[in-house]
Amino acid sequence: MKLNFFDFSGRHGMALVLLLLCLFFSGVTLTEQSPSGDAAARQVATSVRRQFPEKPQVLVVTSGQPGDLEFFDGLVRDLPATAKITRVDGEPSEARAALINRAKGGDKLDVIAATSVTAAWLVFGDLKTDFPGLGNPRLFAPKSYRWPNFLKPANLLNIANQIAVIAIVAIGMTLVIIAGGIDLSVGSLIALSAVLVARFIRDYAGGTGASGLGMLLAAIAAIVLCGGLGAFTGWMIIGFGVPPFIGTLALMLVGSGLAYLLASGQSIYQIPESFVWLGRGADLWGLPNAVVLMGVLYGLAHVLMSRMTLGRYLYAVGGNREAARLAGVPVRRVLLFAYVACALLAGLGGVIMASQLKSGSATYGSMYELYVIAAVVVGGTSLSGGEGRMFGTLTGALTIAVIQNGMNLTNVESYTQKVILGLVILGSVLLDRIRTQGGGNKVG
Amino acid sequence: MTASVPVLEMRGIVKSFPGVKALRGVDLELRSGEVLALVGENGAGKSTLMSILGGAHAPESGTLSLDGHFFNFQSPHEARRAGVAVIHQEFSLVPSLNAVENIFLGCESSRFGFLPRTAERAKAADLFRRLGVEIDLTVPVRQLTIARQQLVEIARALASEPRLLVMDEPTTALSTHEVERLFSIIHDLKKQGIGLIYISHRLNEIYSLADRVCVLRDGQNAGGGAIDKINRAQLISMMVGRALADEFPSRTTLPGEVRLKVERLRRGKVVCEVSFEVRRGEVLALTGLMGAGRTETARLLFGADPRDSGVVRLDGRELRLGSPREAIAEGIGLLTEDRKQQGLVLNHSVRENFGLPNLARLSRGGFIAKEKEGLELSVHASRLGIKTAGWEQRVGTLSGGNQQKVVLAKWLARDCEVLIFDEPTRGIDVGAKYEIYTLMNELVAAGKSIVMISSELPEVLGMADRIVVMREGRVTGEIPNARTATQEDVLRLAVA
Repeated sequence: MKLNFFDFSGRHGMALVLLLLCLFFSGVTLTEQSPSGDAAARQVATSVRRQFPEKPQVLVVTSGQPGDLEFFDGLVRDLPATAKITRVDGEPSEARAALINRAKGGDKLDVIAATSVTAAWLVFGDLKTDFPGLGNPRLFAPKSYRWPNFLKPANLLNIANQIAVIAIVAIGMTLVIIAGGIDLSVGSLIALSAVLVARFIRDYAGGTGASGLGMLLAAIAAIVLCGGLGAFTGWMIIGFGVPPFIGTLALMLVGSGLAYLLASGQSIYQIPESFVWLGRGADLWGLPNAVVLMGVLYGLAHVLMSRMTLGRYLYAVGGNREAARLAGVPVRRVLLFAYVACALLAGLGGVIMASQLKSGSATYGSMYELYVIAAVVVGGTSLSGGEGRMFGTLTGALTIAVIQNGMNLTNVESYTQKVILGLVILGSVLLDRIRTQGGGNKVG
Repeated sequence: MTASVPVLEMRGIVKSFPGVKALRGVDLELRSGEVLALVGENGAGKSTLMSILGGAHAPESGTLSLDGHFFNFQSPHEARRAGVAVIHQEFSLVPSLNAVENIFLGCESSRFGFLPRTAERAKAADLFRRLGVEIDLTVPVRQLTIARQQLVEIARALASEPRLLVMDEPTTALSTHEVERLFSIIHDLKKQGIGLIYISHRLNEIYSLADRVCVLRDGQNAGGGAIDKINRAQLISMMVGRALADEFPSRTTLPGEVRLKVERLRRGKVVCEVSFEVRRGEVLALTGLMGAGRTETARLLFGADPRDSGVVRLDGRELRLGSPREAIAEGIGLLTEDRKQQGLVLNHSVRENFGLPNLARLSRGGFIAKEKEGLELSVHASRLGIKTAGWEQRVGTLSGGNQQKVVLAKWLARDCEVLIFDEPTRGIDVGAKYEIYTLMNELVAAGKSIVMISSELPEVLGMADRIVVMREGRVTGEIPNARTATQEDVLRLAVA
């Protein structure tokens, strides 16, 4: 029984923890939800149509809230074309005035369509006695329901969008760590890439008037330059035996310094509005483009690691470099691939971040290397190399994002968040150690 | 010599691991001042029995008593305190610490956190005097030879004044001369009243050293008694459970034309001007003492180390050999002497290890053809009789013999023209040895060439067609007909 539990927690442990976290935050953020905007309009229109299939006289009462215009437009769209719809927007007194006017004019009124805010106004408390001239209008308002804030689609997409950069960079980090290395430079490369792409667009692609192709080329140039830096460090590590920790630490400093120099210590914002397509756009079924890209990259990386020769070689090099070499694995090329891929993905992360924030600054990505490494390790990849799974890393990244998001929703302040996040990372690695060592009595 | 006081009595020891019943009621008795040889095939339960004695595992049932007192060890530390010292096959020294620090590691007698360094050093020197050797106590142990590191291990075991000492395959990494010195130390320890349990696959050693022998087979006692009452054939049949006609299978094929030609190979002072030839269908033995440069020569042939000069030709064509990858592409394979560090990725599965040198062939467009891989693995695994719980089992959890068979399988699948076997039967039981010899015969019968590096002279004489002897990085002689050579012929060239 115990064995089964460890077996299970080994394969799906982090996914289980992630699920439990989601359940937990769903529970604590369970609140009364009142629909607004389009969703509210649909609901109200359906009820109205059921009771007044023909020529309803409708008064829409709104109160200048965001989403009210969508509510009105939605009603106009969804109610029968024969309906006569008028709208009053503003304070309760204005609604009262409108009703009085209407009663005076002798117009009958069938339906008052209210938002969840206006439905509670006292003016609609007793329509029959207050406004006998209206006939007997009925008040329709969207029904409220209980649903966790955490599980609202907008929030879930928000989580995915927030973690996209870290998760994409974590793919590269997983490759490097599985191959037995480490890359501390990714945070700096994110900043450098963001600054580079912003400068390329400002200086060479025409600034705010840049074309799509120009922006694409600028992004590719920034990513490739990051890849080049990664190749250089990889060469230092592989060719000269510089320890990966030191080699990439040096690149971290170099990259960060270069980013500040290139940005002259400022934020570069002369970028066209359309550049945010990658970071803020949502073209496929309402999914953010960055999240779609993240999904595609994880799919590709999973295929690489599980089905392809190169993936098997990466595991072998990390598991036992000498044995891999003696089995004919091109160890140097494999390692170089890992470092270059990691740097390229960090460059891509920088471009996405520049797109999300519509500017490039050297302050981006600071401390990201630690979050990225944490995502990889929480996802069950061994820091000693040779073991780990891509979707484990995705789970790790999502776990971190869910914890941060959930604590934001429950109003945990940011310093406490750091403490808790640190403890969660420690706990998840502990879980992994306990599993692999069967209770820890074989340490040493 | 053999006093009748039983130091150790183990009765009815039972132990199982998930899926395996390792011990099914084993008895063992050791008297003070005697050497008991513990023998058996790999997986017979020797290591498990010794790890129970050493406190690393707890038995499910059965009793263990030392000098008549019953013990139930919960940790190696408890066993050590009770007077049991175990020297494992793999040393447990910290390479960066010196001999003194290693000896007292874990049992330092500190005063207010300060180590009594002078006292420790004096005690260590005393221990080495007792062993009759001199060791540099100041350098990190990784700078010592393997033999000297082993002496440090022994000194460390003796530091706790043990009543009994277990040695697991202590001679695998030692040269003939070093083995002799170890034996004289063992004789001295006997005289001091220490009981010794000696685990070895080398029957010669058992006959020259042991007073009694205890044979295990499939986790049960399979016989034993005073060594002078049991002859070699009886001992082997106790171990394998059947009579083995011959230690070496006979070969009927004859070598053909020269295929591999090695000319004036050099690397620093380790390999100097080494030249030899290997023919089609021939087993060439490369032998000599430890440190003679045999393994280093093999690594040059395989492109694992860069060479300073020299030419290697296969079928008259010069080979580049800049890396193992190139060597493999040229049809050369190397089965390393150190399986765990160099031959296998221990954390990975049997399937992954098998596939590693074969992926170029077993993949299309960078994608691994897993069905083909599994199919080939099944073919080779059944040919070699690899026993696993499945292809996804981690190689590190297999027995030594099965690990070596996985290494063999991956190279057989590669279909190399020249295979270099570096100590192919080290740490492998008699039955598995015979299977490996048979396989070598099949390979040469199929026209392949084999270079076999071995320190075991019976194996060299029994298996080789021709013998090249090395000493201090040079070839000191060649024995063209191994069938008629004697151990003395080889030794003369090796030490001359």
